Amino acid sequence: MSREAAAPLPMRMSINKVNFFYGTKQTLFDISLGIAVSKVTALIGPSGCGKSTLLRTLNRMHETVRHARLEGEILLDGQNILAQDVTQLRRRVGMVFQRPNPFPKSIFDNVAYGLRINGTKLPIADAVEKSLRHAALWDEVKDQLHKSAYDLSGGQQQRLCIARALAVEPEILLLDEPCSALDPISTAKIEELLVSLKDLCTVAIVTHNMQQAARVSDFTAFLLTGQLIEFSPTPHLFTTPSDPRTEAYITGRFG
Amino acid sequence: MLTMTGVCAFVAVAVLFFILGYLVYHGSTSISWNFFTKLPAPLGETGGGMANAIIGSGKLLLLAALIGVPFGFLGAIYLAEFSGTTVAFIVRYAADLLNGVPSIVIGIFAYILAVLPFKHFSTTAGGIALGLMMIPITLRSTEEFLRAVPRNLREGAMALGASKAKTIATVIVPAAYRGILTAVLLAFARVAGETAPLLFTALGNRYWSPGWSQPTSALPVMIYNYALSPYEDWHRQAWAGGLVLLGLILVINILARAILSRGVAVPRS
Repeated sequence: MSREAAAPLPMRMSINKVNFFYGTKQTLFDISLGIAVSKVTALIGPSGCGKSTLLRTLNRMHETVRHARLEGEILLDGQNILAQDVTQLRRRVGMVFQRPNPFPKSIFDNVAYGLRINGTKLPIADAVEKSLRHAALWDEVKDQLHKSAYDLSGGQQQRLCIARALAVEPEILLLDEPCSALDPISTAKIEELLVSLKDLCTVAIVTHNMQQAARVSDFTAFLLTGQLIEFSPTPHLFTTPSDPRTEAYITGRFG
Repeated sequence: MLTMTGVCAFVAVAVLFFILGYLVYHGSTSISWNFFTKLPAPLGETGGGMANAIIGSGKLLLLAALIGVPFGFLGAIYLAEFSGTTVAFIVRYAADLLNGVPSIVIGIFAYILAVLPFKHFSTTAGGIALGLMMIPITLRSTEEFLRAVPRNLREGAMALGASKAKTIATVIVPAAYRGILTAVLLAFARVAGETAPLLFTALGNRYWSPGWSQPTSALPVMIYNYALSPYEDWHRQAWAGGLVLLGLILVINILARAILSRGVAVPRS
């Protein structure tokens, strides 16, 4: 066990006994785990294990799907998110998706979007520059801020989406397989970026790529068929897993 | 098989080009500057034009757009964004039915709605008739373009704390606006040539029609009346009217195509 796990860390989010249903089909079973402040927490597991579903409950994106039902409790800074105003919640819990999804607007307007809809009083241009710098994209786009976001490459678009999410200064950033549509070089840039984001906010990332989880995360949760099998500090999970199913997965015997 | 389909295609295209060519031939030999600037000549005199019908058509189309576009557009937003409910199903079904209703039936409806209570034919009544026709056309095609906006754009906006209404206003509609504009233009072109709904609403008029509460002339109605008349000179004017109408619809179609070909705002994913 690493020292980090020994001392109790402050938690940004606590997931307590969460069960999730699509209609009558249950896809998450009694999940409990904590997401530590200013750490990267990775959710791994084979396709269909429920890791994306779990991530999407954290900013209540699951509510956009009909017949989805959640039982249990999810706390953000000690407050139950299910009892909060959903738009307020999503400003505090940012999200980056599998495929880059910039809006059909200019690079600048994409990053400014969240600030504008929230009616910020801050100078927008400064905030946009800051967010683009945090997303390690500023140097590449500073001379073309008013060009369409679709003129960027896939990897740049994904970093733009990260900048867009960072602009509203979320407390926690959720990433749902952010590199699955990207080439290795873009992936490396984003991984590097994720580690640096820890100073700004807490990060939770879903990935099907175990090496990625090992490289970027501090804690890793392994899910299988909707159950949380193992949750421990990343080095621990990848070197001395306590559950045989975790070991089978990380050594590539299935999934 | 190839020969047969080829012949059929040729016949279909040949008929179209024959009609077009005939119209252009007769129209262009009859059209003159007077056609656009003069009122119809009194019976028995030759010359004159259809200036009042051109203006009348313009006013009717303006009214039609004022009725058809807001209802069609907002209705489409409801269908595309809040659908799945029984209400949405019924609205969509009704719009499809309304799209297939013969235009003369719409005319009767507008007659009862906007002519009978006031005891006179008017521009307003004609505009209402055309507007009613525009609603389902605009509604269904706008809905298709809204639905084509990828789901991940909606999610992107909502994940930033945008409410559903804000997501629609700031992301979905801007992403689909080219398609929506095209849909509106095509609906416009469709009703521009309608005659039947105007026959007992706008009626027709050989003079100017000031304001909105008097009978007015419109190009399709004028063509209808002139083509049925026994005068050679009126037949020529009817051809000219047909050519002007065709030109208008052609321009609208080219405009619509130009807007769409500038690229759909959203890449296919």
